[in-house]
Amino acid sequence: MNRPWLLWLPLAVVAFIGGLAIYGLVVPKDDMVHSAMVGRKLPEFALPPATVGIEGLSNRDLADGKPRLLNIFASWCIPCKAEAPYLDALKKSGAEIDAIAIRDKPEDVAAFLAEFGNPFRRIGSDSEMAVQLKLGSSGVPETYVVGGDGTILYQHIGDIRAEHVPMLLEKLREAQ
Amino acid sequence: MRFSFFVACALLLVAVPQMSFGQGSGPTPELANRQLGDPAQEKAATQVMHALRCIQCQGQSIADSDAPMAATMRAEVRQQIADGKKPDAIRQWMIERYGEWVSFEPDMKGSGLLLWAAPLLLLFLGLFMARGLFRRKS
Repeated sequence: MNRPWLLWLPLAVVAFIGGLAIYGLVVPKDDMVHSAMVGRKLPEFALPPATVGIEGLSNRDLADGKPRLLNIFASWCIPCKAEAPYLDALKKSGAEIDAIAIRDKPEDVAAFLAEFGNPFRRIGSDSEMAVQLKLGSSGVPETYVVGGDGTILYQHIGDIRAEHVPMLLEKLREAQ
Repeated sequence: MRFSFFVACALLLVAVPQMSFGQGSGPTPELANRQLGDPAQEKAATQVMHALRCIQCQGQSIADSDAPMAATMRAEVRQQIADGKKPDAIRQWMIERYGEWVSFEPDMKGSGLLLWAAPLLLLFLGLFMARGLFRRKS
């Protein structure tokens, strides 16, 4: 054979495919859909109150000069129940938190807050998920860090766990 | 014994759907499932909907998906078409929110370029490998 290197070609191809398989096993897969709105201004919206006694939420409420957290949650969402203690911890550490309730009913939101406590200043009701779509949010729960001028600075996808609390406080401090 | 097994199965049938519908409840946007009055507009909207990926169910287009988020996205597409927006502008509007990922038609840049160029590259590679076959035997 006048081209001996050709003999090694099949082995190289198999090694490449094997390498891909190992890469897929070792590197964790990121299935999350990240918002492309990070770094941009909040979209315009004005949501009615999600339950009795707590005001609704508009994008202007989030651009009052103070950095804050915007929590996307729902009373029917189980991870939202899991993150409730950590939202409470964030509030106790001085974070101001507003919320948007997705596809929820006033009585369900009230029952959720009664059971898990209310860390929120305002809660807007997004029953048709229209604002969620504008935010580039893909599910519940999600938490955005919003700058004092209404710019989205960071998006946390999934429930907030103990290890995320200092990180979110740090992001809020950076936003000052 | 057998009777209680059937009762258990029947209970499961009732209970399981209630567990899996953890998506809350809210009104479905009107334009999610209602066609636009103008057939040309509806056709344009349908084409856009087939080229957008559902955020909740990931593998399906929003035209094929029954997820609440897909309904909201369909309503948004129809509303924007009704407002006179061009299909490509609507696609860009979605990409501005969810990134390239949301589109089933990747742009011809970055890794998308490789995707578009791959058939041509493979064809040339094949021709290169088979070039000996075309040579006249001497």
